Amino acid sequence: MAGGKIVVAGGTTKSWKVLLGLRIFAFMATLAAAIVMSLNKETKTLVVATIGTLPIKATITAKFQHTPAFVFFVIANVMVSFHNLLMIALQIFIPKLEQKGLHLLSIAILDMLNATLVSAAANAAVFVAEVGKNGNKHAKWNKVCDRFATYCDHGAGAIIAAFAGVILMLLVSAVSISRLLFNSNKFSSTAPSATATDVP
Amino acid sequence: KLKSTLIERSMVKLTKRIGGLVLRLAAFGAALAAVVVMVTSHERASFFAVSLEAKYTDMASFKYFVIANAVVTVYSFLVLFLPKESLLWKFVVVLDLVMTMLLTSSLSAALAVAQVGKKGNANAGWLPICGQVPKFCDQITGALIAGFVALVLYVFLLLYSLHSVVDPFLLQKS
Repeated sequence: MAGGKIVVAGGTTKSWKVLLGLRIFAFMATLAAAIVMSLNKETKTLVVATIGTLPIKATITAKFQHTPAFVFFVIANVMVSFHNLLMIALQIFIPKLEQKGLHLLSIAILDMLNATLVSAAANAAVFVAEVGKNGNKHAKWNKVCDRFATYCDHGAGAIIAAFAGVILMLLVSAVSISRLLFNSNKFSSTAPSATATDVP
Repeated sequence: KLKSTLIERSMVKLTKRIGGLVLRLAAFGAALAAVVVMVTSHERASFFAVSLEAKYTDMASFKYFVIANAVVTVYSFLVLFLPKESLLWKFVVVLDLVMTMLLTSSLSAALAVAQVGKKGNANAGWLPICGQVPKFCDQITGALIAGFVALVLYVFLLLYSLHSVVDPFLLQKS
């Protein structure tokens, strides 16, 4: 069949389009989060002491590598965006691969695992950032954000993008699971001649 | 001969169902343990006439950990009583995914903050607190381990629910 629509046995074309759209948005969100956080750096020269009339300045840098939670954040978001990129490529270029049941199952499981990964990363980063923003009186940890405002703003933007990625990955997993269920019901209720409706 | 294969098949189904229930019960127990251990962790330490009391409510991350694990506990308890033929099992798959996401997020947030508490953050000028309240730190570690066990069990439960809802015919490679 020339041009026209590509019919895949793993569900209707509508769910295929919805899934592709969701994956593209999830890819963009997680990639943005990873990039913004990995470029997050601010250097400030502060006066730490004054001896007589001579101010002693120190150059302090706030980098994302200082906090393990942010390092995990960057790595996890890179992994999830790579997963989404792979799935997008798989969906566009090799749609026939999804007709076999085991592939739909592995795609659904991978989507679920990556959804949990990105939710873990985003949450760890947001709680550590909250401690950095508000400080913690009980543990006597001072806030960082009053001196490094740009660093905190960029971090907040990255975390918001990651949370958008979390919601999108949850939707992607839900759609993958529903496609798996739809495909399994179709295979169990109809005869094996269902494969004859494939587009070569 | 047909009768023996039917009995065999129903035995396999029963084993799978019991296995699923045991898994769910274990996850319920682990999440409950995480909640209880975290809630009962508090220690009072005094030095230089300054009294320092460490409670789990000091950190927002630990509060979220308790809430998330409590939600998972209640949910597991309710699903334990779901009848086998109910149509809600398809919904349980998505809810299991949501609960797993809750568990991972609460565990990683609590771990991130506990790591700062244990090692401190030299660049931000945050000193570690575990040296002053070691018993508190140990209990937090115990709660986090229970949370991790609950997470691992929930990942298996997620795969189990998916398997029990997806038609086995699919997995036999038509």
